[in-house]
Amino acid sequence: MRASFVSTEVVNGLRRNVSMTIAMILTTAISLTLLGSGLVVVRKVDQAQDSLRQAADVVVYLNDQVSAEDSACQQQTCSGLRAELERASGVRSVKYLSRQQVYERAIEKFDNRPELREIARPEALPAAMWVELSDTVDPAAIQRQFGDSPGVANIDNQSDFVRSLVGKLNDVRDGTFLIAALQAFAALLLISNTIQLSAFNRRTETGIMRLVGASRWYTQLPFLLEAMVSGIIGSLVAVGLLVVIKEAFLDGLMKPLSGTGLLTPVSYADIAFVSPILVLVAAVVSGLTGYLTLRLYVRI
Amino acid sequence: MIRLEHVSKTYKTLARPALDDVSVSVDKGEFVFLIGPSGSGKSTFLQLLLREEVPTRGRVIVADWNVAKLPRRRVPKLRQRVGCVFQDFRLLNNKTVFENVAFALEVIGKPRHTIRKVVPEVLQLVGLDGKADRMPAELSGGEQQRVAIARAFVNRPLVLMCDEPTGNLDPDTSQDIMLLLERINRTGTTLIMATHDHSIVDSMRRRVVELSEGRVIRDDARGVYGVGR
Ligand SMILES: Nc1ncnc2c1ncn2[C@@H]1O[C@H](COP(=O)(O)OP(=O)(O)OP(=O)(O)O)[C@@H](O)[C@H]1O
Ligand SMILES: [Mg+2]
Repeated sequence: MRASFVSTEVVNGLRRNVSMTIAMILTTAISLTLLGSGLVVVRKVDQAQDSLRQAADVVVYLNDQVSAEDSACQQQTCSGLRAELERASGVRSVKYLSRQQVYERAIEKFDNRPELREIARPEALPAAMWVELSDTVDPAAIQRQFGDSPGVANIDNQSDFVRSLVGKLNDVRDGTFLIAALQAFAALLLISNTIQLSAFNRRTETGIMRLVGASRWYTQLPFLLEAMVSGIIGSLVAVGLLVVIKEAFLDGLMKPLSGTGLLTPVSYADIAFVSPILVLVAAVVSGLTGYLTLRLYVRI
Repeated sequence: MIRLEHVSKTYKTLARPALDDVSVSVDKGEFVFLIGPSGSGKSTFLQLLLREEVPTRGRVIVADWNVAKLPRRRVPKLRQRVGCVFQDFRLLNNKTVFENVAFALEVIGKPRHTIRKVVPEVLQLVGLDGKADRMPAELSGGEQQRVAIARAFVNRPLVLMCDEPTGNLDPDTSQDIMLLLERINRTGTTLIMATHDHSIVDSMRRRVVELSEGRVIRDDARGVYGVGR
């Protein structure tokens, strides 16, 4: 009895002001899509930083002569440089990769780019020292210190690139969160408005309910559920939108990055990860908005 | 059953109190008319019993409830035991007669089988058997008021209060409604009715409490409307 009464009331309530309901669902959906995108970015940045920690912070490329003649790094130029690097402050580890090893790693990375595999030759690549730094050290200092040392061709500061990439992604994330917050504010106002309208439309019913002694909870539940149902529908639409965005834009956009090992493409696992969060946020926020609106504005 | 002790009610917008030191006591099973000119405080009196309003001063007791002190969450229990009927019927126009009466039970969580049993009984009591599937718009004013009475009575309240229930009805129909209210009163339900209708009060010869500018100026056990005026 209770359940069927409440559910008919909710459905009738949503049907009675269709246009408001649609507006409410769409605003909620857009806001949650933005929130979801932001969360995906956060996840990607985390993953990128993880893969970064596994890679070298600074790569010292050795010149042609050393690369060609000292593949085991035993002569003075190479082994001296290595010892000096290991002694330098803030250096956690140094790993030597011969020309052949560098080639093998490159081939591995170019796994899905056969055209690059074709043209790569070990002779074209320099041997390298992979230097891992502790977090507090500025990689540029290493660059300055060893840039002119004998046997060094050039020094690549990988963390600079990754840092700027992460920085850009964080900007994107902050931007999406900001717009999501504004949009969420609009959604809240709409939810609050719709509930007030709904309560006004049904004031005869609720008036009678009050008089015959229906509990406050029983009287308010339909309105509360109305808000929550449209909130949850909004979150489902948002999940759908995320899938569409992934399929239509992101997959194409991120394909060139797939070889770098830094950013993995947005996957369904990512969307599956954020979806329950979106549904939960929608249910809680719309329910809370509904509850407060009824408390503050509606005499039931 | 009902006791008002030195009750005053002041509305902010009003210079004089709507009720001024009113003390009235009504026993179980009594039938009381509440009369007085417009603005004398009759509706305010009834609203205090329902906890629609709270008194500014004094105590209101209904059955075992100290109404003014009742915590908010227990107000519904009070209202389930105090039925009320108004001049303007207050029916739901998109529901049938049956549904209108059933609504009062649904929203307090009564089970379906109870509803199916008691609604036809009460419709028969108010003389509406055979009209259960009509819409309110398809009924006369008197019939609509019967639906409202059925809805107020279906949960067997201790008190039935009526605020000018015949205010919108012609004299004959009003008489019929009074007969119905009398029948309900005979089941042991305490009945308290605010009215302007001289002929009804005069013909019924029941207890009359007269208000004027918020004060009780008369309380006769077997009164008529217009003595001394
Ligand atoms: N909610 C309110 N706010 C402010 N003043 C009110 C309110 N309700 C009633 N009043 C005032 O209180 C006084 C008593 O009103 P009440 O409705 O009790 O009179 P009444 O005897 O029922 O009149 P009537 O016979 O016209 O129905 C009136 O002066 C009215 O204007
Ligand atoms: Mg009145």
